[in-house]
Order: sequence, then C-alpha cells, then structure tokens
Amino acid sequence: MNGPLLKVENLTKHYPLGAGIFKKSIPVIRAVEDVSFCVEAGETLCIVGESGCGKSTVARLLMRLVEPTGGRVLIEGTDIAGLKKDALRAWRRRMQMVFQDPHSSLNPRLTAGQVITEPVENFECLSRKQRQALAAELLRKVGMSPEMMHRLPSELSGGQRQRLGIARALSLKPSLIIADEAVSALDVSVQAQILNLLLDLQQQMGIAFVFISHDLGVVEHIAHRVAVMYLGRIVELARSEALFENPVHPYTEALIAAAPVPDPTRVRLEVPVEGEVPSPINPPSGCAFHPRCPLAVERCRAEIPPLVPMADGRLVACHVRAPATGQSAAAANFSAATVSAIRSP
Amino acid sequence: MQMHQTAGNDVLLDVRDLETHFYGEESVTRALSGISFQVKKGETLGVVGESGCGKSVTALSILRLLPKLTARTVGGEARLHGRDLLKLSHREMRKIRGNQIAMIFQEPMTSLNPVYTVGHQIAEAVQIHTKVSRTVAMAKAEEMLRLVRIADPERRVCNYPHEMSGGMRQRAMIAMALACSPELLIADEPTTALDVTIQAQILRLIVDLKARTGTAVMFITHDLGVVAETCQRVIVMYAGRIVEQANVIDLFARPAHPYTQGLMRSVPDPRRGRQRRLPEIPGIVPNLREPNVGCSFAPRCPFAIDICREKTPILRDVGPSHAAACWRAEEVMGA
Amino acid sequence: MTLLSAPVEAVPIGRLQLSDIPRLARRHPLVLVGGSLLVLLIALAIAAPLYAGDPVNMDPFKRLQPPYAEMWFGSDNLGRDVFARTIFGARISLVVGLLSAACAALAGLLIGIVAGYSRSFDNVVMRVMDGLMSIPTILLAIALISLTGPGIGILIVAIAVPETPAVARLVRSVVLGVRERPYVEAALCGGARLPKVLWRHILPSTIPALMVQGATVCASAILTEAGLSFLGVGVPPEIPSWGNMIASSRLYLAIAPMTIFAPGICLAVTVLAVNLLGDGLRDLFDPRAKKRR
Repeated sequence: MNGPLLKVENLTKHYPLGAGIFKKSIPVIRAVEDVSFCVEAGETLCIVGESGCGKSTVARLLMRLVEPTGGRVLIEGTDIAGLKKDALRAWRRRMQMVFQDPHSSLNPRLTAGQVITEPVENFECLSRKQRQALAAELLRKVGMSPEMMHRLPSELSGGQRQRLGIARALSLKPSLIIADEAVSALDVSVQAQILNLLLDLQQQMGIAFVFISHDLGVVEHIAHRVAVMYLGRIVELARSEALFENPVHPYTEALIAAAPVPDPTRVRLEVPVEGEVPSPINPPSGCAFHPRCPLAVERCRAEIPPLVPMADGRLVACHVRAPATGQSAAAANFSAATVSAIRSP
Repeated sequence: MQMHQTAGNDVLLDVRDLETHFYGEESVTRALSGISFQVKKGETLGVVGESGCGKSVTALSILRLLPKLTARTVGGEARLHGRDLLKLSHREMRKIRGNQIAMIFQEPMTSLNPVYTVGHQIAEAVQIHTKVSRTVAMAKAEEMLRLVRIADPERRVCNYPHEMSGGMRQRAMIAMALACSPELLIADEPTTALDVTIQAQILRLIVDLKARTGTAVMFITHDLGVVAETCQRVIVMYAGRIVEQANVIDLFARPAHPYTQGLMRSVPDPRRGRQRRLPEIPGIVPNLREPNVGCSFAPRCPFAIDICREKTPILRDVGPSHAAACWRAEEVMGA
Repeated sequence: MTLLSAPVEAVPIGRLQLSDIPRLARRHPLVLVGGSLLVLLIALAIAAPLYAGDPVNMDPFKRLQPPYAEMWFGSDNLGRDVFARTIFGARISLVVGLLSAACAALAGLLIGIVAGYSRSFDNVVMRVMDGLMSIPTILLAIALISLTGPGIGILIVAIAVPETPAVARLVRSVVLGVRERPYVEAALCGGARLPKVLWRHILPSTIPALMVQGATVCASAILTEAGLSFLGVGVPPEIPSWGNMIASSRLYLAIAPMTIFAPGICLAVTVLAVNLLGDGLRDLFDPRAKKRR
C-alpha cells in the first residue's frame, strides 16, 4: 500500500449559529480550523485537548457524521468527503468508531448479539446460525463469554458495554478505529482492562487507532504520536515520547503540568496556566492561546502561527518557540505535505 | 482501633458504623455497611473509590440528603462536635447544613438556580445563616467571589449561572459554600467535570482556601492523582466498606489492601513503560443486592485464601496511622 | 453516584412474557382496571346480537316506557328498546374511537418520523400541522363531513385529521431526542441505511409515547363522535349511537330519564376506561412519572 492509511488535509468545520434569515452575516462557531494529519496502518494517533478544542468534531468529521465545511479526508487515497451515500457506506467498512458513553451508544432494546452483528448484516444476509457464530466469535475477541449474547445492555456492567461497543466496531474488520473518549466514562480498573484490550487488538490485527482523549495519562500510555489541539487548531504534533518529555508549545507544556500525578511526594509549585479557554465563536486574534500564554509577544496577537517543522521532525505552531523561517514558512503553506514528513517510521 | 481511641478535642466529625440501604422494587441494596471514620479539625480527608463504592452515599448520609423514598440510613451515628446528626430534627439539620457543613457537587449547574443571579444566591445563603441586611449580604457575596479569584467580581455578582463558564461556576459554588465559614466542606468530585488546566486552578484554590480559613475538607474523588495533590489522609472504599485508611504518603508508598494496590497499578504511568499491558483488576464490582460472605474483594483478589472467602475482615492497624481491612495486609505491603 | 443517578429502567418492550403479567398487573393496577373494563365493553358490543333485542324496531304503543322485564332500560320516544340501542351504540362508539385513534396514530407516526429526520419536510409539514391545530376539532370535522355527507368512514377520517397534529408533534419530539443518541450514530457508522435506522432504532422508541397518546386520542375521538352525532352531523340518524340517542332524547329527560342516562353513563364509563388505560400505560413506560407523585 502506498501512502498513509488516513490522510486529513486542511479539515475545517464551522457551525452556523442560528438561521440567518434577517441577519446579513451569520456568526459561526469555528469548531475545527485547518487541521491536517495522517495515520499509518497499525499506528495510534492521539488527539488531546480540553473541552471545546474540536477534537470530538474531528472524530465526527472523519466518520462523516457531520459534513465538513472544507478540507479533505482521504482513506487509502480516496476522498470520502466527496462520496455519495452508497459509496460512503462501503468505505465505512474500513473505518469504525467507538463511542464515549457505553450506556447511550447501545440501543437499550437490542440484545448484545443483535448489537454486534448489526453492522455485518447491513452488508450481507446472515442465517440464524451464522449470526450466532459471528456474535460468539466477536464476543470472545473482546474477552466476553458467548452466553452474553442474549443479554440486554441494561444487564451488563459499564466495562462489558464498552467491550460490546468495541466488538461492534470490530465486526466489519476495519483497518482504522476512531475511539472518541472511549475510556473516559469508565472507572480506573475497568479503564485498564479496556486499554489492554485495545493494545491487544492492535497487536493481533494491526488496527490503527485515532484515539481522542482529554486524559494525558491514558494518551501517554497508548499513543505513538500525539496531536495537541487548542480552539480548533493543532498546536503541536509529535511522537509521544518527544512530546511528553520535551513539550515545545507553551500550551502542551501547561497541559502536561496540569495533569494530577498520583505521587504525594511531588510538590506542585504553581498553577501552570491561568484563565480559561476562550469562546470559539469569537476566538482571540493571532495565536488563540496568547491571552493565557506566559511567553506571548506582540506578534502572537497579530498573526496566526503556522505549524512549523522542528529539528526532531515535530510540528509546532508558536511564534516564540518555533519561529517560522523563510523556508519553513513556505513549507507551512503546504501544511498537509509537512505533516506527512513526520509519518512514523 | 487507634483512631477511635483518640477521639479527643481535635475531632470534628466522628462517623461510626454507618449503614445505608437503598430500596428497590424487589431488593435491598446495602450501599454502606459499617462505615467508621473521623475528620479532624482543619485536615483534608480524601475519600476514593470507583463508582458505586458508596463514597457519595457516605456524604449524603451524613448530611441526610438521601432521596427520601428509596434510601434510608438504618444504623450508626455521625457526631459533629459530639452531636449525632442522624438524630437531629429537620430544622436543626437545616441549620447545620451551610452553617457548619457545606457541600459542593460535581456539576455546579445543578446546584445553582438558573433564574437568580450568582450574587443573589450567595447573598441569600449568607442571609439564611446570619442576620444581616441585604446590602451587607451582597457586599459579602462580592467579597466571596473575590476570595475565590473570580476576575471582576463587581460585575460577576450580577451574572446568571449560564453566563459563566464551568470553572467559574464551580468557583461560585465554592464561594457560596464558604460564605458562612463552615467548619467542614464536603466536596463531591468537584473537578471531575472540568478540564485539566481548570482543574489545576480549582484544586489550588481549595488548598489555598483551606489553609486560610482552617476549614476541614472531605474530598470525594475517583482520581488518585487529585488525592495525591490535595489530601493529607485518605479513605479507600470498595463495595460499601472502607478497605484502607492511611495518611497519603504511606498509602501511596505502601498500599496495604490488594484493592488499593490494584487501583494504583492500573493507572497508566509512563515510568512503568508505554504501550505495555496495564496490570488490571480482573472481574467486576460485586452486586450489593446479594448478601456476601467473607471479603467482598476476594473474588477479584490475587492474594485471596480460604479465610478471605469465609470471614469478612475488619479494619485493623497495620502501621502508625495506617489501617486496612485485609487478612493478609502484611503480605500485601511486602509485595 | 450511580446508585442515586441511575435512571429507572423502563420495562423493555419485546422482553415481556406471559408470566410477567400478574407482577405487572400488581404494580400497575390502572392498566389492569382500564384494560379489563375496555375488553369487557368490546366483548359486550361484539356479542350484542346474541343477547340484546332489535335496536331499530319501533313500537308506537310502547313509547317512553320506564324499564320493565322486556326492555331493561325502557323505551324511547319512538318505542325502541333503549337497552338494545345502548349496546349497539357501543359498537359505533368503539369502532369510531379505536379506528380514528389508529388512523391518527399511524398518520402522526409517519409524519412525525419524517419530520423528525428531514429538516426541509419538517419546516413545511409542521407549519401545516400548526395550522390544523389552530382550528377547533369539531369545526374541522363538520367541514370535512359536509364535503361528502355523513357516513362512518368519513366520520373516522374527520375525527382522525384534527387529532393527527398532536400525535405528529409528539412523535417528532421523541425522534428529535433519539436521533442524536450515540447508538443511532453508531448504527450509521456501521453502514446502516436510513430506512433501517428509522425502523430498528428510532421507531421502537416512539411506541410508548404513541400508545399513551393513542389512548388520549381514542378517548377524545369517542367524545367527538358523540358530539358530532349529537349535532346531527355524525353517524346517520338511523344507526343507533350514543350521540344520536342523547340528541333525540334530550326533550324527554323529565319523562324517561333512562333514555339519556343509559347512553350518557356508558359514554362516561368508556372514556374513563380508555383514560385509565392511558394513564396506566404512561406509568408502565415511565416509572419515574409514578414515583414523582
């Protein structure tokens, strides 16, 4: 296979605020602005950020649950943003999603077996026997006993429901799974079980993950590469070890410093960053992080920093820490191309 | 037990053998079975555990805020300065809430009234508990907002809750809770709904305010990281019981209950390697509707032996200010 | 907080078994009372020819008789058997009530589901529905009937049309709530076509609300039928119906009160039975509604 499994170019999503029959210009929520990245087969890319940074919108755009305002989503070279319904259905087999809330993502009226075999039945007819065999196989794959297939979701625990969600995603044998906060609603001990399951599946089946989370501990544990988003834009994109050991963007730095560490002997010196995330309806001029940034200079208020490649291959959007030189500024104009430059080896 | 013998003057809240049951259509859920602990003046006590372990129910039982139709505290006592809260009249209890014990919740929007301004609500809380004029109460409200570091408090007192962000609302809730300088603040997952950077700010705020006002804090959370950063003493709960109690340093250095140990190991930690399988606690939380024999953690426990399945362990001292409810605590600490 | 905040699970439909019925009946006596009353009424109406006399036979010599052995409820101003007429009248009331409720529910369901899913359809059709709702039920029904002349078929349509918007609105609001649920999105991600998503994931959620609303519509349809017949635009006068009976007997209230009380009480009991059933179903589907009281 040539090229990356998933390639996202300049993805943008604006939500109009209300219908503008009487207003000339409709205000928009700039949920996602010019986001580009790519995912290789068998790799885990994590997207981190705080609420409202657009990470969940990215997931929904990738699945085309919402239509993008601009940009392209290429799976194995095919742009799914332009596909008609039936062609899109076929491409959906390559890419599946695991949802955050294991309670509301399962239809309360269907049994476990019905839930996990439904995607396959959308594409082919199954006999009763085939269906049961498939359900049993999928349940075993996610570490559940096949007898569970007759249970209703309300008769299962949170962890078991999330396993069902994963089994449903696996049923079409996708090459990419998008997990939107897939472990955030779970207790720590159950979270560990689910993370282990995801890691096992990746090893056995070579599935790539786009893992969306706000929990840096989880991200650091499972990511190969990490994209940090702030107010709709990627501010830093790097290999996981590099990002956590040596964050370059001041926001990444603050985010890592803010995460509580289960070690009572560590003394926190000061609050890593003051203030709150501004509204995406009216984002600050220039770099969106400048009102909270300790390093902000005049240029940050005026100019949106481009994603600039650094010496170690990572991309950073910061005027102070990663000033764009002539050459890299030119590269930044083709940010999608730049992104593929740091495809994992 | 050691902590019960020292029920001296520094004890603010003394809870003993608290039992709370939930009544379903055809079953009884034993949400709490024999909870005993103390909160000392001015300390921060963490209560950790996973969902359904009874940590919130403990707080609600003490404050007597359980849903009336479905839940009842059937036994035990909760003494605040020696007065048993569970035996007070509703009137007396109302005076205690807010005046001596205040509570903040996970989602501030549910506890703030959307049709009144934040200032109005704080002022009202002040007026219920102290006899002051409206103007004085509003001035106090503004002062409280300044105390919780809300920028521009003169303007913010006139804001409605929906005009504030999540972090600011939680600050307003804290302001309201602290308006009557309570002796005990019960914080139930106060930062769970917030982003990490905002969480860091709120945690810092609670720690600072505690140092300034000397209020004792009972901090209920599922997040071991939060506990490590804010608490001095910690209670670990599992299936309606306290399984371990220790000061925070000892607890993290040498957990004495296999559940605590499992919980700590299942938190992802890059120091133990990335992309690796996490040690998990097998199985699921027991159903509290069915009576259980022996230790309720035994079916999931790697240390379990015959006695664990037959006799329920009681909380016993395993070190200075360190107690665990496990027959094999010594071996667990050594592991 | 799970213990406190866990939603009370509604009874999953499709999982009910015969053995559950005694338990459910104990927990939801309203369904039992309303349901059995309604079943009894339907059975009596169906079996009418077996035990009741001729409802249309006139006997000019026995006009306005008080109840006696042959005619249990006496006779009316044309000497017809009031008991037989009341029993046969039940057939009309129940047929019109149930069928118009079914029509309104079906039409409302279709319109509501499509409106809940398609924004452009929603804008147009729901405005039409708003328009329909602003016209009083009886007036709209009279207008529709005057287009073709009286008859049972047109009567059912005339009653169903004004009731449809309320059902459509309800279904639409349920659909709007459900379509954003992650399990619907999950079905789309799994490659399900829209009709299947509607049928398998969205339609079942509307059934509880639809059944409750259906009972309300049924009760009001029975009353509307009686009202229209009373006004003389409903069921043709030669067919016995409670509305007709009340209308033709209203002048004789003082002489032969049974001629009005019999159909009146039957009407009240039927509507009560249907409403009890509706309330019971609401409690059954939404246990929280009951707890709150």
